[in-house]
Amino acid sequence: MLEIKCPHCGKRSQNEFAYGGDATIKRPKLGEEVSTKDWDDFVYFRDNPRGKHQEFWHHVSGCRQWFKALRDTATHEIFNTAKLEEDL
Amino acid sequence: MQKYSVFSLIKNAFSDHQNWDLAWKDPQPKKEYDVIIIGGGGHGLATAYYLAKEHNITNVAVIEKGWIGGGNVGRNTTILRSNYMFDANAHFYELGMKLWENLSQELNYNVMYSPRGIINLAHTDGQLNAYARRGNSMRLNGIDAILLNREEVRKMIPFADFSETCRFPIVGGLMQPRGGTARHDAVAWGYARQADAMGVDIIQNCEVTGFDVENGKISGVRTSRGDIKAKKVGLCVAGSTTLLADKLNMRLPIEAHVLQACVSEPVKPLLHNVVTFGAGHFYCSQSDKGEMVMGGDLDGYNSYAQRGNLPMIQHVLSGGLAVFPNFSRLKMLRSWGGIMDMSMDGTPIIDKTHIDGVYLNCGWCYGGFKATPCSGFVFAHTIAKNEPHELNEPFNLERFHTGNILDEKGVGPKPWIG
Repeated sequence: MLEIKCPHCGKRSQNEFAYGGDATIKRPKLGEEVSTKDWDDFVYFRDNPRGKHQEFWHHVSGCRQWFKALRDTATHEIFNTAKLEEDL
Repeated sequence: MQKYSVFSLIKNAFSDHQNWDLAWKDPQPKKEYDVIIIGGGGHGLATAYYLAKEHNITNVAVIEKGWIGGGNVGRNTTILRSNYMFDANAHFYELGMKLWENLSQELNYNVMYSPRGIINLAHTDGQLNAYARRGNSMRLNGIDAILLNREEVRKMIPFADFSETCRFPIVGGLMQPRGGTARHDAVAWGYARQADAMGVDIIQNCEVTGFDVENGKISGVRTSRGDIKAKKVGLCVAGSTTLLADKLNMRLPIEAHVLQACVSEPVKPLLHNVVTFGAGHFYCSQSDKGEMVMGGDLDGYNSYAQRGNLPMIQHVLSGGLAVFPNFSRLKMLRSWGGIMDMSMDGTPIIDKTHIDGVYLNCGWCYGGFKATPCSGFVFAHTIAKNEPHELNEPFNLERFHTGNILDEKGVGPKPWIG
């Protein structure tokens, strides 16, 4: 069981959260020309690291806020969590 | 190599079974090979076997970080099927089914292929309609499929919840009678033994630490047991694909996720087919030892840990109890996890790469075991001929740029949801 610290509510069990994937990928800016390759990289390609991974979580059965977490993909240790606008 | 038969069994009984040959040797790596396959799992061993058998390329090494059968080939739930709707998937996995049917004879090793039938349960009329559509697609591709109504399903699994008040009533199902199971360890061992007999070196406890690439062409690999030269290198490393691709400066449409499976204590024969629950992610078959072999969803977050967490086991088994209430009294024997190389459209990648002489076999998601023979067959072809076999042409890496993705489940590039 993971214990995840929601930056709004504090530590809760994994059961209250939903995962949202890699938090480092950035959508190309709206309204600007974007090459096919950049768009494909955004949609499909991932760094997929073994080790520290920045990711989105959603406190879906709690405050319903999205936030970021820094977690180790090999040990599952969670180092830090932060609100969306904050740095990890 | 000694042929396994009743006569060799009797002959060896006289010497108390002390004089059997080793199933495969334990060679030191040579200085150079024509082909190096990285990853001694089912796909890597099958690739080496078909390179030797179909293409007469025997100066081959399979190098494995751990031991043969210790990765996903020994961690899956042993299910075989080709019940796909898309033509590319249907044709590819159907080659697999044809190879499975004769594999024990071909390898002279009993892989315990058991075509016991796989039943996908439907719980709404809409779902049954979708299964009818899939079944029709399968039959158009020459694959066996039968649409079952509620009473036909009840005859096969009378102990499932057929009560009037249950949350997810069983309204029917789609069955592929030739689907079934095989003994996963035996598949790895059988391929390893035959590949070894044809001259392939199987090198265990040998981790790849780097690649030697000169002018866009591979010249060898660096390993924990020294540098080895190679004209061609094939990657068959499933969950570790990104770790090796990083060393080749390749960024891939792959995420690593952990998938768990579990078995119950052994009980008398009860479940004679493979059954999948249609209203949640749960599937089950009964092993020859009598254990219920069960699996379900990914844990749901990127992971390289070959172990999972209890909440997902609980979630999967609660789905299981919804369809098989009588399983509630089974004791759990053990659970384990494996790392899935989840591709962004749920379909594997078998292709050449931007480096001359490096070939990629990955993206198996949670469906790699059934593909062991056909994956090895077409990957061997791709390596030997330096061009894809017609069956793996659609599984190219370029599809993520051309738009020809094969998203059979239609979940989009979010593997943790699939």
